[in-house]
Amino acid sequence: MATADEAAPKMLEPKVRFREPQIEMAHGAGGKASRRLVEGLFAPLLFASSSEPLGDAAHLNFNGTQIAITTDSFVVKPLSFPGGSIGEIAVNGTVNDLAVSGAKAEVMVVTYVLEAGLPTPVLEVEVRAMGNAARKAGITIAGGDTKVVEHGKADSMYITTTGIGRPLHGVKTDPRCVRPRDKILLSGPIGDHGITVVLARGELDLEADLQSDTRSVLPLVEALVKAAGPAVRWMRDPTRGGVATSLNELARDCGLGVVLSEELIPVHDAVRGACELLGLDPLHIANEGQFLAVVAPEYADAALNALSAAPGGQDAQMIGEVREEPSGAVQVTTRYGGSRIVDMLVSDPLPRIC
Amino acid sequence: MKFVDEFREPEVITRTAAEIRRLADANRHYRIMEVCGGHTHAIYRFGLKDLLPSNIELIHGPGCPVCVLPMGRIDDGLSIAQQPDVIFAAFGDMMRVPGTRGSPLEHKARGMDVRIVYSPSDALKLAQTNPDKHVMFFAIGFETTAPSTALTLVRAKNQGVHNFSVFCNHVTIIPAIRAILDSPDMRIDAFIGPGHVSTVIGCRPYEWIAKDEDKPVAVSGFEPLDILQSIVMVLRQLKADEAKIENQYKRVVPWEGNRAALRAMAEVFELRPYFEWRGLGFISQSALRIRDSYAGWDAEQRFHVPGVRVTDPKAAQCGEVLKGVLKPHQCKLFGKECTPEHPIGALMVSSEGSCAAYFNYEHRKTAMVTSIESVA
Repeated sequence: MATADEAAPKMLEPKVRFREPQIEMAHGAGGKASRRLVEGLFAPLLFASSSEPLGDAAHLNFNGTQIAITTDSFVVKPLSFPGGSIGEIAVNGTVNDLAVSGAKAEVMVVTYVLEAGLPTPVLEVEVRAMGNAARKAGITIAGGDTKVVEHGKADSMYITTTGIGRPLHGVKTDPRCVRPRDKILLSGPIGDHGITVVLARGELDLEADLQSDTRSVLPLVEALVKAAGPAVRWMRDPTRGGVATSLNELARDCGLGVVLSEELIPVHDAVRGACELLGLDPLHIANEGQFLAVVAPEYADAALNALSAAPGGQDAQMIGEVREEPSGAVQVTTRYGGSRIVDMLVSDPLPRIC
Repeated sequence: MKFVDEFREPEVITRTAAEIRRLADANRHYRIMEVCGGHTHAIYRFGLKDLLPSNIELIHGPGCPVCVLPMGRIDDGLSIAQQPDVIFAAFGDMMRVPGTRGSPLEHKARGMDVRIVYSPSDALKLAQTNPDKHVMFFAIGFETTAPSTALTLVRAKNQGVHNFSVFCNHVTIIPAIRAILDSPDMRIDAFIGPGHVSTVIGCRPYEWIAKDEDKPVAVSGFEPLDILQSIVMVLRQLKADEAKIENQYKRVVPWEGNRAALRAMAEVFELRPYFEWRGLGFISQSALRIRDSYAGWDAEQRFHVPGVRVTDPKAAQCGEVLKGVLKPHQCKLFGKECTPEHPIGALMVSSEGSCAAYFNYEHRKTAMVTSIESVA
């Protein structure tokens, strides 16, 4: 006989759609598999009541006080690379997730998971890097936690952060507000971080004059919001999975098409060269110091001018626009009129050799 | 970027595309096969089909090494790597190719020691730095990659590295082209010849295609302009009712090939009597095995190999797609059970595979056009 106790949880049983037998590397690569895991398992079980599209940070209302909150984990190999290191990207990544949600990072807490045997000088370098990055970005580190796991159970060091920010005045981003003919802005050249890290692993015997783009994008976001405020409809920092994955998420969330003009997308020659050699698409390569914004057409020029005039924004470009078709997809147009669909990253990009 | 940008120059490309439109006879349908998967990838990546008139149909050929590898060979390789202290080393291309119980990457997630290498010599280095392990390099590829496997084996023998072996899946392109031309359901007007393979074998091995089969061939590079120029070359021949071998990729391909590379291959490899190709079946003298003088480095001789034969799922029509009889989207599984994330056939795995290229770059464009047409 069914009792009320049995019936009640049944009614609330959320629908888990994730049916894959085990977790693969692809589920952490930021592409399609990651999205399936989050939407199919985490979202229904953890935030079933929310109908909001999943963004980089959540904006919450506590008795009339608005806050934004985000969390992120950092696993990078090698720990340091030209232009940055794990301690620095842990801060900048947190600041950026808040910034593109339309918030100014104020405070963060940090967890270090350390592998027994990690040399102290290596740790000290990363903690210093974190402190310096936090001071530079104007965020306070309010506390943290440390765990040590057996040697071999972690790869040197993992960092988890949680950041809290204050919403910027006059901007509210939501992919559902995006309309056809809106313009797509990109803050600067793409792929520097991902290619720098791949080269820093030293497996390729390739050298290039290239460094990670890790930085806080908050000053650029603030400049954009000041110039275009309510006309800014959506922002995202294209980290894992690159620009292609972020824009595919946008296309899916707003049900419209994103059409990019290949020649307008800024890419350093070293990144293009490495991608050519490895058979990768710069649009799938990770960034740590760039962001994408969708701006209403009538404000697009003002927005681009403001971005370009801000320090570090000189390479900003308008790279395309939103259209009705191809709905839910991203299309790239070449300089001579050919076009191709660019999908989300399926899993970690693998080099093609044969 | 030098040697790249010149071949993507919009003005020259537009001019070449116009030349193609001028040469193509509106009353004729052209079926041109690009043999190499690298060409297939470039055609989709650069949206070249958008530049061609609709009566020029590009058929994707068998020149994608992971696509033509039967699943049984992957199972065999993985079964060797299941033995204790064996490291499975392969190119990134192989990592997502499904075996019966999952791809190398999935085996890695379950604990197998699987490493991506960028060349066979990296795998040899791996063996030298891991003397207590055995490194098995899962070798794939046409004549493009076979010489580097051969040179690595020579080096392993000379340096006495005994914890290293090669599981050889190298195949040769000419028998595959012959199998396609022999297939009764094929009607191909001309070939775009494989550029990378030809850097090794040169252009001579194609001469029979022109002489005996009366089909034009243009050996082509991989940039948009290369491919368009090659189409111009074969169209000119077809117009003049000629059939010859032309070398569009002269900046890289010597007519006689690379003698040193061919010598290295001859030193290490001999032809297998026959080899199974996915989709094309058994083709005689179409693959390479390691000579007995290198038996100590041949994984097939050092280890027990189950020799599994796995038939492709019945519904999958990889063979028809591989021969160009069907377009990728005409396969029953395309985009449904079979996607780049969950590939059933290998054509969906490699970005050079015609199904993956079509899925990634094209099919939603087609879907879009269809929906617009159905509205109109």
